[in-house]
Amino acid sequence: MPSIKEIMETMEYGPAPESNTDVKRWLDSHSGGISHFINGKFVAPTGPMTDVINPADDSVIATLAKGTQDDVDAAVKAARAAFSKWSALPGYERAKYLYAIARHVQKRERFLSVLETMDNGKTIRETRDIDIPLVARHFYHHAGWAELLESEYPGFQPVGVCGQVIPWNFPLLMLAWKIAPALAAGNTVVLKPADLTPLTAQAFAEICVDVGLPAGVVNLVHGDGETGSLITGHDDVDKVAFTGSTAVGRMIRKQIAGSGKKLSLELGGKSPFIVFEDADLDAAIEGVVDAVWFNQGEVCCAGTRLIVQEGVAEQFFGKLDARLQKLRIGDPLDKTMDVGAVVSHTQLKRINALVKKGEEEGAVLHQWAAELPKKGSFCAPAFFTGTEPAHTVNETEIFGPIACTMTFRTPSEALEIANHSRYGLSASIWSQNIDRAIEAGAKVKAGIVWINATNLFDAGAAFGGYRESGFGREGAREGLHEYLVATSGKKGKPRSATPLEASVSPNLGKGELPEIDITAKMYIGGKQARADGGQSYNVMGKSGVIGQAALGNRKDVRNAVEAAAKAGGWSGVTAHNRAQILYYLAENMSQRRDEFAALLSASNGSSTKAATAEVEQTIRRCFWYAAQADKFDGAVHATKSKHVTLAMPEAWGVMGIVCPDEVPLLSMMSLILPSVAMGNRAVVIASQAHPLLASRLYQVLETSDVPAGVINLITGERDVLAKTLAEHDEVAALWYCGSNENVKMVEEASIGNLKAVWTDGGFERDWRDDSQGQGREFLRRATQIKTIWLPYGE
Amino acid sequence: MTHDFPRMTGTAFTPEWIDGKIVNFSAAERRASSLSGRRSVKKEWQAAWLLKAITCMDLTTLAGDDTPGRVRRLCAKARRPVRGDILEALGVEGITTGAVCVYPTMVSHAVKALEGSNIPVASVATGFPAGLTPLPTRLAEIRYAVEQGAREIDIVITREHVLTGNWQALYDEICAMREACGEAHLKAILATGDLQTLTNVYKASMIAMQAGSDFIKTSTGKESVNATLPVSLTMLRALRDFKDLSGQIVGFKPAGGISTAKNAIAWQVLIKEELGSRWLHNDLFRIGASSLLGDIERQLEHHITGRYSASNRHAMA
Repeated sequence: MPSIKEIMETMEYGPAPESNTDVKRWLDSHSGGISHFINGKFVAPTGPMTDVINPADDSVIATLAKGTQDDVDAAVKAARAAFSKWSALPGYERAKYLYAIARHVQKRERFLSVLETMDNGKTIRETRDIDIPLVARHFYHHAGWAELLESEYPGFQPVGVCGQVIPWNFPLLMLAWKIAPALAAGNTVVLKPADLTPLTAQAFAEICVDVGLPAGVVNLVHGDGETGSLITGHDDVDKVAFTGSTAVGRMIRKQIAGSGKKLSLELGGKSPFIVFEDADLDAAIEGVVDAVWFNQGEVCCAGTRLIVQEGVAEQFFGKLDARLQKLRIGDPLDKTMDVGAVVSHTQLKRINALVKKGEEEGAVLHQWAAELPKKGSFCAPAFFTGTEPAHTVNETEIFGPIACTMTFRTPSEALEIANHSRYGLSASIWSQNIDRAIEAGAKVKAGIVWINATNLFDAGAAFGGYRESGFGREGAREGLHEYLVATSGKKGKPRSATPLEASVSPNLGKGELPEIDITAKMYIGGKQARADGGQSYNVMGKSGVIGQAALGNRKDVRNAVEAAAKAGGWSGVTAHNRAQILYYLAENMSQRRDEFAALLSASNGSSTKAATAEVEQTIRRCFWYAAQADKFDGAVHATKSKHVTLAMPEAWGVMGIVCPDEVPLLSMMSLILPSVAMGNRAVVIASQAHPLLASRLYQVLETSDVPAGVINLITGERDVLAKTLAEHDEVAALWYCGSNENVKMVEEASIGNLKAVWTDGGFERDWRDDSQGQGREFLRRATQIKTIWLPYGE
Repeated sequence: MTHDFPRMTGTAFTPEWIDGKIVNFSAAERRASSLSGRRSVKKEWQAAWLLKAITCMDLTTLAGDDTPGRVRRLCAKARRPVRGDILEALGVEGITTGAVCVYPTMVSHAVKALEGSNIPVASVATGFPAGLTPLPTRLAEIRYAVEQGAREIDIVITREHVLTGNWQALYDEICAMREACGEAHLKAILATGDLQTLTNVYKASMIAMQAGSDFIKTSTGKESVNATLPVSLTMLRALRDFKDLSGQIVGFKPAGGISTAKNAIAWQVLIKEELGSRWLHNDLFRIGASSLLGDIERQLEHHITGRYSASNRHAMA
């Protein structure tokens, strides 16, 4: 050890270890193995055990049981049994439990921080200052929601039993993000912690016991992905929540397609970190530290694509290299370390392979140059320069402390680069020009936007992504919706899955000359369009054939999506403007009441009275959504002081809408109106049985100043077209009102880009009933929340 | 430590170096507040860092009731800031403060009291603390202090020049002061509490360095807000940019409100992280303080005995 005199010359930091004596004692007391927590009891481990490793020194610190089908069954059964009582508790009673959990987390703050560090390899600085305080904050916040649930969410009820699977990068924090809202809303849970990091979950279960949480409300089953899939696929699970890789998210989406389970996915990212020339560069450099070198880069929302304006790029990369060399990497229990160990040697190998790939592809690696500890899975933090969009490392989530860099010339190019990604989790924007920063925040495709900051989290701000980063939100008012369902009225009849038998050849048998023959076309990009296949099918009315409708095929869907994608201006016009057009639509439809009523009667045999009422109600619904267009807006959340945190509902972009046959005009419009009111462009597959209403509708659209491409109407075989639409990667969200069998089909087909799919499970709705056919839930489903963090102060 | 670099000379007035510069306050605040959680010094390292802080201290008295007797007492403390038995236990010797800082009329008393110690006397000047006396008077005051034996002059800038963006005037004024200092080193007090914004702080720092300040210093200790970490961070970054742009090396002196050992370490950490360990030696770093020493002494004694100490066990300053 150097003398004090010597230290006065070198001014080095010296070791500053956090004690782990208490945690070691706890680990000793669990030397029999970590096992499941089912129905309030710790189940003695059976079967083969796996090792739990401290990644900082490769030592085995515990052993872990792997959950079997029997374990999962028992856990789900316990959760189901606990559900009725737990969900029936007054909010105040549930709030008391959540409050007690928050308090206990705080009382065990140091213990949990040390345990998390030993299990995961992340630094004590982060577990102590970030992870564990956020865990407590999450339970406090949701104790509040439990209290307020009834008054704040009228018409909603808990989903039931939730199956939750969480990752290893923020073990206890992800557990909190899953369990707190589920419990607040009155659900019970079966959660699987990551097999690499199960220890704080065990400690959490012990806290549940300490606070007297009723048995079965929280159940933990340990294990790997196989156990996870037993939970997500379990028949008696009503809701699945997953945080992890996009690949596994896809598997889960597919696994539970058609099951009726509610799903939220928080997946991967390759988030942009945009540095404009007018940024405070030193501030942005620290931003990179917090974005990429935080938690060893094992962060789904890490800003790993540094997009820097060309004029300052060289200077920025120079500063970044200097800053990189200042990082301290080593024993994560040492309080002076910035970067700890990555979670496992497997993960380390994966990172190193990608780094090698980046170098092979021609990028220049700037790496932390000092020596890594001999033992443990440590990774030297680094960044690349010269990474082009086409390079593997620029597209692939590395999940390690490695950033890629690109340069841009203009703000619009910055956004083009930023948005050119499958993902859309977060974005960090650095500029001292408020106009520029806010514009970039508005235009970037990401669920979370940090202006002149990065990786800010709070239970009161929603977290979740766009695109293949998943759907659903965690935290805040928005996040609670993932754990609630609308208290439904009477379920309708199941819809038929019988495919349309499209009769496309002449020889009707009998005929008479109409006044003038009508050619019903489709409506694509503001133009009437004949079917690509050059075919029309006979439309059957109550008393035989009433005309022919265009028989759309996959190319028509393609064309319609293309037209909708081009109509992006619609999302940018004012809400007032959209409202005006919806009012105008109502006005023009009103002038054609009789025509629509007559067509309805001819189509499905509605009485004149019923048909007239349906038209009238359709017009009213135009008014209702026109009214909502500029009123369904976001919120400013109370998060940290000196931060404005905005929750903005944004349109998905291109939405697919598949219409049912019941009350065909009203149902079609009940789906189109909320979608376009919020700024989406809709590709609509009209009722296959009553397609002539769509061809009548486009005449109204044409006279109502609906811009080209905003509403596109396709007619033909519903589920053939729906499949193409569900598979289309440009379509961001899909509403499907078809049969139950085909709910499964569209949900499976949606995995390409992981579009958000909303269905009614294949049951008819009573569209005439405002509580089923209209409402804020439609508007909520027509939007996704973008959370924008705006720190301020001078 | 002896200078291993030439005394800085300043540069021509170069407003391009500050044009369009805006410092992001919230990011500076985040950096400053997270740093103390990111670094920690324990045991021997803590003792060494605190001793180092003493060697960087400008032990200061700037009160209306200062007298030769008061100044002599302060100088005695500067010569022997820590009890001999404590130093012995720590295995170090020859620890003195970096300087003694007084008003111009007290300089001669301090010089006399410090004779033979090689501890420099620093004098505030230029109408401290407001700096609103006429420029010739302020320059004359500098010359007086230098004649009295001050080797360092802590000048105050005219805040008006910063608040109205008159950078040329600020530059010219400090140039004149530097000239008046001659061989004595000039420390420019920016009175950052009056400048309010970090952008002002950055720009004033840069212009003060262009004009030839050997040190830039945060505060007089008389503003309502003294040295803060975000302000210091901003000044350190300006200092780093200045070095990159001009190749010249400038020192840094936070002053006012740094009264605990923990505070002192927070500043040392900030400097080490932003600039490097070289800036922790007293030719480039000073802490202006009057009550800090007492707290450090108690911490050092605690380090040796394991018992919490009391202030009456250490000599008064």
